[in-house]
Amino acid sequence: MNSLQDFLHMGGYAVYVWPAYGLAALVMIANAVLPLRRLRKQLGELRGRTADVEKP
Amino acid sequence: MAAFTWFHRLASPPHVYRLAGLFAPWFAGLAAACIAAGLYGGLWLAPPDYQQGDSFRIIYIHVPSAWLSMSAYSLVAVASAMGYWWRMKLAHTVAAAAAPLGASFTFLALVTGSLWGKPTWGTFWVWDARLTSQLILLFLYFGFMALGRAFEDRRTGDRAASVLAMVGIVNLPIIHYSVVWWNTLHQGSTVFVGRGSDIAPSMLIPLLIMIAGFTSYFGACLLKRIQVELLERERGAAWITELVKQT
Repeated sequence: MNSLQDFLHMGGYAVYVWPAYGLAALVMIANAVLPLRRLRKQLGELRGRTADVEKP
Repeated sequence: MAAFTWFHRLASPPHVYRLAGLFAPWFAGLAAACIAAGLYGGLWLAPPDYQQGDSFRIIYIHVPSAWLSMSAYSLVAVASAMGYWWRMKLAHTVAAAAAPLGASFTFLALVTGSLWGKPTWGTFWVWDARLTSQLILLFLYFGFMALGRAFEDRRTGDRAASVLAMVGIVNLPIIHYSVVWWNTLHQGSTVFVGRGSDIAPSMLIPLLIMIAGFTSYFGACLLKRIQVELLERERGAAWITELVKQT
């Protein structure tokens, strides 16, 4: 690769290469974010519940 | 006996939960470094292929995804077998955490392969042995995930799903050797362990780095998913109440 233009053009294969990379990025971001969000939600719910139990 | 207590402690849910939380960031950091280096090497430094031009660069996500689709399935099947025969709850937890990740990489391998197939073979899809067996792998993952949740009692679901996972393992050698056993459009392996590869080092090194990066990424996601599964399955356990109080 010599220039940004070459890079984006991918020798004419940009319509195949970039969607493949874009989709991989989407799937991998989702794989990382979903468990983190669920974990935060679960811990939040549990915290609410233990707080209720411990109220006098 | 000491080994047994050590193993027992290692496999106890609170210990696993803590270890998972401890190791996940390291795996994530290693993954980010490898993927950044692999992308730079694969998309920028590596020369275009003399036959396929720049379309070959899809290899840097296709091969790592395909590798993970199969190694994740091995993990699901082995963990399922351990859970089934030794009645280890933790093994079922690991299998259930690995399955959605494996499914996502199977999907990626199929779609990136299809996007690579169009300019190379002239078609997005053919019903040849490699592609069909890979599609069956995706359905095995879906079946495993659905079966695990199909029963009122999660333990019954775990047992049913693990039988499917164990039976489904016959598909792995079929996928691997499909390009050898049948006359397929899909090319044979290019990367070999131990006896040199059919690919130039400037193209191979980024690929190996990407495989390492994807695997490490898988490890990080798996650990976080194990934590999620543990909180769900151990609902009401004393260690969770303790954990919530501490954080």
